[in-house]
Amino acid sequence: MTDTLQKKILIEARDLGRQFGSIKAVDGVSFTVRQGDVLGFLGPNGAGKSTTMKMLTSFLTPSQGKAFINGFDVVEDSIQSRKQFGYLPENAPLYEDMEVGDFLKFIMDVRGIAPELRKAAFDRVVGLTKIESILKQRIETLSKGYKRRVGLSQAIIHDPAILILDEPTDGLDPNQKHDVRELLRSMAAEKCIILSTHILEEVEAVCSRVVVITKGRIAADSTPRELCAAGQTLESVFRDLTKEGR
Amino acid sequence: MWRAIFKREFTSYFTTPIALIFLTVFLILNGFFTFKLGRFYELGQADLKPFFLWHPWLYLFIVPAVSMRLWAEERKSGTIELLLTLPVSLMEAMAGKFLAAWAFLGVALLLTLPMAFTVGYLGRPDWGIIIAGYVGSFLMAGTYLAIGCAVSAATKSQVISFVISTSICLFLILLGFEPVVNVLLDAFPQGVVDQLANLSFPFHFDAVQRGVIDFRDVLYFLSVMVFALVSGVVLLERGKAD
Repeated sequence: MTDTLQKKILIEARDLGRQFGSIKAVDGVSFTVRQGDVLGFLGPNGAGKSTTMKMLTSFLTPSQGKAFINGFDVVEDSIQSRKQFGYLPENAPLYEDMEVGDFLKFIMDVRGIAPELRKAAFDRVVGLTKIESILKQRIETLSKGYKRRVGLSQAIIHDPAILILDEPTDGLDPNQKHDVRELLRSMAAEKCIILSTHILEEVEAVCSRVVVITKGRIAADSTPRELCAAGQTLESVFRDLTKEGR
Repeated sequence: MWRAIFKREFTSYFTTPIALIFLTVFLILNGFFTFKLGRFYELGQADLKPFFLWHPWLYLFIVPAVSMRLWAEERKSGTIELLLTLPVSLMEAMAGKFLAAWAFLGVALLLTLPMAFTVGYLGRPDWGIIIAGYVGSFLMAGTYLAIGCAVSAATKSQVISFVISTSICLFLILLGFEPVVNVLLDAFPQGVVDQLANLSFPFHFDAVQRGVIDFRDVLYFLSVMVFALVSGVVLLERGKAD
């Protein structure tokens, strides 16, 4: 534990909350994520996972609390904070009319990657996500698995210290899920990754920490191993914790 | 970083069928308005008056067709979440999109230059007036477009976006449209009606079209543009908080 304490806090949520009309989608969550952590954000559909991520990425303005990305306030200093992370939104939306290569170049343009670093950055992500063969293809013609890989490529093209991934493996077949998890595992050590999921095996496979969220509140903040300490399976723990939410 | 967005948006017109269809329709309609409704040949004058005369009406439905997708499509397809979580400010994103669409309308307008050359071939036109006409028309197109951008920012439905921007632009045309002005004169004093007409597109476009690029007319178009674009940014900002 002393080891993790020394590592830098890269994501911090303080009493973060968000209301849609009279519905509290996220109701005061607080947590921190350090370098080297892979935090699994676990919860049933509609628990507030995506809303929390949208606030961390400055897409939605919080209605209460604060959040910091590498020390930058997501509201007050949102441009700086957005430079710190790579984000894969839910369902990996992409500009479908563009070719894969052009799309990645567009992301590099917007992120202002220096001209001398562009080629290396481009080649690195193309190799990591194995998309060499589709660079000239229009995104709308790609399979779901390839689209997800393109989504991941844009998230890591500037080699951010922080990755925020909303259901990165949702809707993929078992082989594709395996590939994505392998990729995440290979990057885990030097990055801080937060990924949302409702797939329990995924948490066991890649996460070093787990935050269970239900009805907009945190029900558990622990490690997968500690959660199952009483000899229960993660599935039964999950069901117990999220009972009210159903 | 608005330039990256400008480049992507501008290129996207030409990688999709939008450019081809839009430019074709634009040129055909321009020809129809000029030669049939404007009776270009029958007038026997070496100028482009019958060409520019119809632009406020032509832009009424052709410009919202360009602007309606700018934000609405991003919302619908979810790419807005990708775009707005990149390190760009809303103003830069809005400017990139607006300028790309405006440049595209500029291309459409440039493609009508053969009309000007025809006039030059048939007679001895006053080129100053023709150039002023083009400048005025381009400024007016930008103004329609900025209004359309703002409306598009508020909705994910392209249909709603189109209908609302057309209505706002129609209102701004009608304020200076003679039959409407006459009706208004029954209800309001002359001074009020004049002020209202002052807010309309045709009032300022007609002035420029006559060959005088007056600072006040240019200021009118630019200030409506800036006002509309800033409103669009405010609407996007509110969308994040609602």
